[in-house]
Amino acid sequence: MSWRRHLAKLVALFRRPKTVDELQEEILVHLQMEEQENLESGMSPAEARYAALRRFGNVALAEDRSREMWGWNGAETLWQDIRFGLRQLKRSPGFTAVAVLTLALGIGANTAIFQLLDAVRLRSLPVSNPSELTVVRLADLPGRRGSQETVYPALNNPLWEYIRDHQSVFSEVLAWSPTNLGITEGDHERLVQGLWVSGDFFKVLGVQPVIGRLFSSADDQPGCGASGVVVSYAFWQSQLAGDPHAIGRTLTIGRHPVPIVGVTHAGFTGPEIGHSFDVAVPICSQSAYWRDGNWLNSSTDWWLTVMGRLKTGDSLSMANAGLKSLSSAAFEASLRQDYPTENIRDYLHFELAADSAPGGVSWLRDTYENPLWMLLGLAGVVLLIACANLANLMLARGSARVQELALRLSLGASQRRLIWQLLWESFPLILLGGASGLLLAGALGNALVALLSRQGDSLFVNLHPDWRVLGFTALLAALTTLLFGLVPAFRATSLAPSEAMNAGSPRIGGMHESNGLRRMLVVTQVALSLVLVTGAVLFAQSLANLRTVDTGFREDSIVIAWLDLSQLRLPVARRLIARKETLDLVRYVPGVAAASEVGIVPLSGGSIDNRVWAEGEDRQSGSDSNFNWIGEGYFKTLGTPFLAGRDFSEQDSPNSPKVAIVNEEFARRLGKGVNPVGWRIRREATPHEPETVFEIVGMVKNSKYRDLREKFAPIVYLCVSQDQNPNPIEQVVIQSSLPLPILTSRIKQAVVGKRLDIDVEFRVFKTQIQESLLPERLMAVLSGFFGILAALLTAVGLYGVISFLVARRTHEIGIRMALGAGKRQVLSSVLRETLMLTVLGIGTGLPITFIVARLIASMLFGIKPSDPVALLFAAFALCGVSLAAAYIPARRAAKVDPMVALRYE
Amino acid sequence: MDRIELVFGSLDMLILRTLRWGATHGHGIAKSIERMSEDTLKVEHGSLYPALQRLQQEGWITAEWGVSKNNQRAKYYRLTALGRRQLVSETSRWERFVRAVTCVLRPAESEESQ
Repeated sequence: MSWRRHLAKLVALFRRPKTVDELQEEILVHLQMEEQENLESGMSPAEARYAALRRFGNVALAEDRSREMWGWNGAETLWQDIRFGLRQLKRSPGFTAVAVLTLALGIGANTAIFQLLDAVRLRSLPVSNPSELTVVRLADLPGRRGSQETVYPALNNPLWEYIRDHQSVFSEVLAWSPTNLGITEGDHERLVQGLWVSGDFFKVLGVQPVIGRLFSSADDQPGCGASGVVVSYAFWQSQLAGDPHAIGRTLTIGRHPVPIVGVTHAGFTGPEIGHSFDVAVPICSQSAYWRDGNWLNSSTDWWLTVMGRLKTGDSLSMANAGLKSLSSAAFEASLRQDYPTENIRDYLHFELAADSAPGGVSWLRDTYENPLWMLLGLAGVVLLIACANLANLMLARGSARVQELALRLSLGASQRRLIWQLLWESFPLILLGGASGLLLAGALGNALVALLSRQGDSLFVNLHPDWRVLGFTALLAALTTLLFGLVPAFRATSLAPSEAMNAGSPRIGGMHESNGLRRMLVVTQVALSLVLVTGAVLFAQSLANLRTVDTGFREDSIVIAWLDLSQLRLPVARRLIARKETLDLVRYVPGVAAASEVGIVPLSGGSIDNRVWAEGEDRQSGSDSNFNWIGEGYFKTLGTPFLAGRDFSEQDSPNSPKVAIVNEEFARRLGKGVNPVGWRIRREATPHEPETVFEIVGMVKNSKYRDLREKFAPIVYLCVSQDQNPNPIEQVVIQSSLPLPILTSRIKQAVVGKRLDIDVEFRVFKTQIQESLLPERLMAVLSGFFGILAALLTAVGLYGVISFLVARRTHEIGIRMALGAGKRQVLSSVLRETLMLTVLGIGTGLPITFIVARLIASMLFGIKPSDPVALLFAAFALCGVSLAAAYIPARRAAKVDPMVALRYE
Repeated sequence: MDRIELVFGSLDMLILRTLRWGATHGHGIAKSIERMSEDTLKVEHGSLYPALQRLQQEGWITAEWGVSKNNQRAKYYRLTALGRRQLVSETSRWERFVRAVTCVLRPAESEESQ
C-alpha cells in the first residue's frame, strides 16, 4: 500500500461518517440512473428496478468493501476480537474469576520480588550521574587494627582528611557515616537516624535543598561545634509538619540546641539503600556531640565511608592506579599515636582501592540479593504452572468452539487469522490479570519489607514501581499470553475441518489428541510442583534445624538492656563503679532472676578477635580466638554450665591478676589437656591495651558466638571489672519470667528513678536471634507459599482434566455398568488414572528437582539437597492432593445411571 | 455472448482510461466501460466503488458533487495529473503483458509478425 493511501486514510479518520453517508447516496443515485435507463429501454418499473440491482451486484458488499478501503482492516477486526473476548469473560464469570486470580497470583508474586530486586539492586542512587560514583576502601585488611564502626568499607578520619585535601584522582570526594542521634522534645528523648557528612557531601551528590541551604565545606571545619543540621524531606514532613518557616527553628540534639539550616529534596533518601536518614550533621561536629572522646583524631576507628566521583572519561582502573600512588603519603600522614606499635609497618604499607558503586552501599542488598534471585526463579516456576492451568482451561473452552472454528476454516478463514483472533480474545483476560497482579505486587512488596525489618531498625525501601518494574510485568503478561494462549489456539485450528465438524459429538475421535495434550499439561504441572514443594520442604527443614540448633545458652526469658551512662560524664576511673551500682539496681528489681554485664551479646553480629598463645611459647604458635567481656553471673544468667574452675568474682579487680574463662573449643585448641584451668595465656596488644597475660580460671561448655550456622569456635571470656578502658554504655543480660512490659517498666523505674541521666533501652534476646535468621525465614516462608500455590494450581488443573475425561466417558462408563461393573470399580479406575498421571509427573519432575536442589544447596543448613525424606514427603503430598482433586469427578462417574448414560445424546 | 471476468487490477486502468475523456459519475464509468468493450467485459457495477475509493486515496482521481443531465445530484470523478501519468505507465505495462501472453499462446504467429 502506498504512503499516499495511508495518508488519505489518516485524513479520513476524522471525517469518516460523512464519507459513509456520501457513499450510500452515491450508490443510490447509481441505481436510480440504471433504473431510469432500463425504463427508457422499455422495461416495466418492477423489471427495471430488479435489472438495475442485478447489474449492480451485492449492494451491501460493495458498500462494505468501499468502506474497508478507508480503514485499516487489522485494527478494526482486532478491536472486534478484543470485544468478543470481553463478552466471553462476562458470559462465564466463574472461568474469569479463576483465570484472573491465577494470573494475578502468578504475575503478582513475580512482580513483588522483582520490585524488591529492582529497588535494592538494579536502581542507581537518586543522585546526579550515579554511574561515576565509587567507594574507596583498604586494598587488603591484614594488619589493620582498631574498630570497624560500620558494615561498609570505611577509613579513619585523618586518612579521609588527607585524601580530601591532596587527591587529584577523583573530580570530587565525600565521606559519611551512619549514627544514631538523640533528639529531645520536652522531657522525651528519642533516637533518630543520623548521618555524619563531609562538607561537600550534598554538593558532590548533586542534592538540592527544598528550602534553606545544604552544607558546604565551610560548615565542616575543625572545632565547628554543633552549628547546624540538615533534615530529610520525610523528617521535615512528619516531624516538622512541612513547616515552610522551618529554617532557623532548632532541634535539641544530644542536649544541644541546633538550628535547622536546610531540607533536602524529596527524592534523596540517603547514601545507603535499605535505610533512610532523618538528620545530617557535619563530621567536625562529632567533638561537640560526643564529649567523652571522639573519632576525629584516631587512626584506629574505621568509620567513614569515602566515596569519589570519577573524572569524566576516567576508568575505574585509572582511579585505582591514582589511589595506589597516593597511598604511601596518605597513610604516613594519617598515622596517629593510638595505632599499635607492632602494626605500624603494616599501616604504612596499606594501599587504597576503589570499587564502582552506582547503587551506593547496601547491607540489605549484600544479604538478600542471592535469596531474592532464587525466589524470583521459584516464582517463575509458579507462573509456568499457572500458565499450564490456564492453557488447560482455554483448551476446555476451545473444544466447545471447535465446530465454530472448523466451520470458519472450511469457509476459507486462514489458520493464521484464527490464531490471532484467539490470542487477541485472551487480551482482556491478561490485561485484567496483569493489572491485579501489579496491585497485588504492591501489597506483597510491603509485606516482604515488613518481614525483613528488625526491632529498632526500620527498613526503608523505595518500592515505587519504575519503568523497569512496569516493563517486567508487561513482558511477563505477554509471555504468559503466548504460553497459555498459543497452544490451545494451534490446537483448535489445526484439526482438519471434516474431522473437527464431527468432533462435537462426544463419542467420536478428534478430541483424543486434545486429551493427550491436556494430560501432558497436567503432568508438567505435577513435575514443576514437585520442584517447588520439595524446595519448600528443604527450606522449612533447614530453618527448623537452625531454630533447634544447640546454641549452648538459654534463649527464653532473656532481655538485653542498654544503660547509657555517658550523660553522667564520669571519668574513666569512676565508670566501673557506676556500672556496678547500676547493675545492682537492676538485680534488685523484683522478678529479675539473674543479671550480668556483657560486652558482646551472642549472635548480635558483633565480634572481637585477637591472636592468643600459651604463656612461654612463641607468638607464632598461637591462633586467633574470639573474645568477650562478661561480668560475674553471666553463665548463670544464660544457663551455660561450667565444666571446670570458677566464675569471676568480687576479688577480680583492676589491681588483681588478670583472669579469663575459656570454652571447650579453646581448651581443645590450646592442647594442654582436658582441664586448662591454671594455664596462662598471652593476648596480643589491642588498640586499647598492650600485650597482656591472663590466667585461665574456668572452662565452660561451647556456645555460638557470631551466628547460628558456625561450628563452635574458641572463645576467651575476660572480666569486665578488669577492663582498662571501660565504656560508659553498659549492656546487661537479664533473666526474668516477667512479661516484657512489666519488666521494662520496673527496671526503668528502678534505674531512672535513681539517676535521671541514664537512658535505658531493651531488646528481647530470642527475637534478636530469630532476626539473625531473617534470610532463612524469608526463603522458608516464600518457598512455602509458592509450594502451596503450586499444589493448589495443580489440583485445580487435575480436577478440570479428570472432570472432562469423566464427562467424555459417560457413555462408556454407562456401558460398563450395564455389563456389571460396580461403583467401586468405576471409582477406582478414575482414581487409578489420576494417580498414573501424578506418578508420571513426579517421575518427570525428579531430575529437575535434583538440579534445582543442587542450586540451593549453599542456602541449606543441616539437610542435604538430595534428602530422600524431603523428596518422599513432597511426592506423597502431591499424590494426596491429586487424589483429593480427582475424588469429586470420580464420585460423579460412579454415580452414572447406565440407562441415562446410554440414552445420552 | 459470454462475458469475460475482469483480470485482477485491470479495473483501475479501465476507470482511468474512461476518465481521460472528462469527468463522469460512477454509473457513467460503468456504462462507458461496457460500451468501449462492446459489452464483452462484465463489470459488476458494485465492484466499481471500492476501486474508486482506492484510486482517490492514491491521488489519481478526485471526486466532487455535481448535477447530472437529469438534474440529479451525483458524484463526479476526474483524472488528476498524477492519474494521467499512472494511466500511461499502466497502459504500457498492460501492453507488454498482452504481448507476452500472446507469444506464449501463439508462438509461431508472433515470431512471424516480428
